[in-house]
Amino acid sequence: MASARAYMAGGRIGDDLARLSALRDRVLQGFVRAGAARVEPETLQPADLLLDLYGEDIRARAFLVHDPVEGELVLRPDFTVPVTRLHMSDGGDAARYAYEGLIWRRQDPGSIRPTEYLQAGLELFGGTDPAEDEAEVFVLIRDALCGVEARPLTGDLGIIFAAIDALATSERRRAALRRHVWRPARFKALLDRFAAAAVPSAPRGALLSADDGTRRETIRAAGKVVGMRSPEDVAARLLVLSEDQSLGPIAPADKAMIEAVLAVKGPSVEALRDLRAMDLAAMAPALDKLEHRLAALSARGVDAENLPFDATFGRGLEYYDGFVFELRSPDPALPPLGGGGRYDALTSILGGGIGSTAVGGIVRPEAVLAAGGQA
Amino acid sequence: MLKLGLPSKGRLQAQCVNWFTARGVGVERTDEDREYAGRVTGVGGVELVLLSASEIARELAAGRIHLGVTGRDLVEESIPGWAQKLDLLAPLGFGHADLIVAVPSFWVDVETMHDLDAVAAAFRARHGQRLRIATKYHNLARAFLRDAGVADYRLVDSQGATEAAPLNRTAEAIIDITSSGETLRANHLKVLDDGLILASEAWLCLSRDADMSAQEQVTLATLRKTLGI
Repeated sequence: MASARAYMAGGRIGDDLARLSALRDRVLQGFVRAGAARVEPETLQPADLLLDLYGEDIRARAFLVHDPVEGELVLRPDFTVPVTRLHMSDGGDAARYAYEGLIWRRQDPGSIRPTEYLQAGLELFGGTDPAEDEAEVFVLIRDALCGVEARPLTGDLGIIFAAIDALATSERRRAALRRHVWRPARFKALLDRFAAAAVPSAPRGALLSADDGTRRETIRAAGKVVGMRSPEDVAARLLVLSEDQSLGPIAPADKAMIEAVLAVKGPSVEALRDLRAMDLAAMAPALDKLEHRLAALSARGVDAENLPFDATFGRGLEYYDGFVFELRSPDPALPPLGGGGRYDALTSILGGGIGSTAVGGIVRPEAVLAAGGQA
Repeated sequence: MLKLGLPSKGRLQAQCVNWFTARGVGVERTDEDREYAGRVTGVGGVELVLLSASEIARELAAGRIHLGVTGRDLVEESIPGWAQKLDLLAPLGFGHADLIVAVPSFWVDVETMHDLDAVAAAFRARHGQRLRIATKYHNLARAFLRDAGVADYRLVDSQGATEAAPLNRTAEAIIDITSSGETLRANHLKVLDDGLILASEAWLCLSRDADMSAQEQVTLATLRKTLGI
């Protein structure tokens, strides 16, 4: 049907469009009333720069467009990254923005997820009270659902990073784990590998016990140098491998600690209590943040103590690095009606090393209307 | 008429003809001057369509031919959701080719996909860019790298002589089809221990989307019985 759009049988013409337009206006006005200035990022974004910043899921789903003049472009697959790019290129001072428009993602054959849909959202940059900003964004997104009931789910990637900091092992291993926080299967494989007594293959064992001169001769004899990776890179990694070998496995208790943190799930007040009970000094700052957030949410009338918390939630989107939330419709055919989170690290990547605090959220107006939302 | 797509030329066509002939189904060129015309004998009601292997995959997916012989690599790479669009009826025992991940032989520190991921991280930190992997199998490559948990790579499109990409310094590693491994060695590359993505060969495939009359269904049953599949 030509008039069908995301989650709606109609909505491109007539009354359905009028209802959707009214709802879009209402959502955007809510954000503007909260002090957000309107922004309008480009539809076509530079592919190389952007795709690097998304996780694997969005990267594989992006619509690429080739232009002989401008090179590879991508139809924006979300707003957060393009808005952050706009903000950082505009000086990066404290600001809050509202936006609304279409985004595009390829879907698998037979998927009921749409390839084109609306997002409306807001982003807060440079705030000085993280807990207050997070609570404000959560409440603004919840209120933008136009009266539709939705189940909240929250998480906090900062707690996973803090648990990694608490690991008694090399910084290199901690960095490897941090790099794969967003790839749960790979993260688990790495943790298992670090916890096991590694048995190298015969050729590798020989290389690792050889002196530097022998190693370099082995590299030289193994074949012509092709590609941009150099023999020095290979020798440097052999050094890293032998250091790692001599380090020995991480303690079973440390592995169990990470697994216990990832298994925390339940009402926020219980999750916080369980995490506090682990009594890890390295995790205290992250847990204080969680506690402040819950207090800020309570002050805004949210039943924060019972807010569902899941430590593994939010590992799908590579740019989130702290608080994450979603508001889910009871209708399984609908996507999360809203969601968002903190992404401080993204601002320094796009700001050339100079970062800012950043938290934001979006709603999906078509899904909200399909769920019975009234403008 | 039941439409059967076979490769239009070369060694793959000759092997197909032999495979069908050995099972009592003849494939004849009707006119030696017109390379792309022919007919099927031994079973009535079958129309021969001669196409390239990639066109056969496409036509099967679109339901414009009923049966066809093509490579499993082409099916899995070029037809999204292929398992819903066609059935793999029988492997034909030729056209063997493995889709693999290969890296320079002098990378003596790299044996597995785990190593490749670790190297990609170090490469990016050291050289300021993502490790480049040359391939024409973008979909299969991306899915395999995702499942292996490899990050910090970039696929570089390569439609020919992919093995030479590292030598030409347009990529650090490749994902490509290899049949003997000789070309890899000649280009100073080695296959990773767990770098086999797909063991491909030629398959006789049945389109699930092609309309079939009662008569064509009878023809299909007869053909399958004759071929013993």
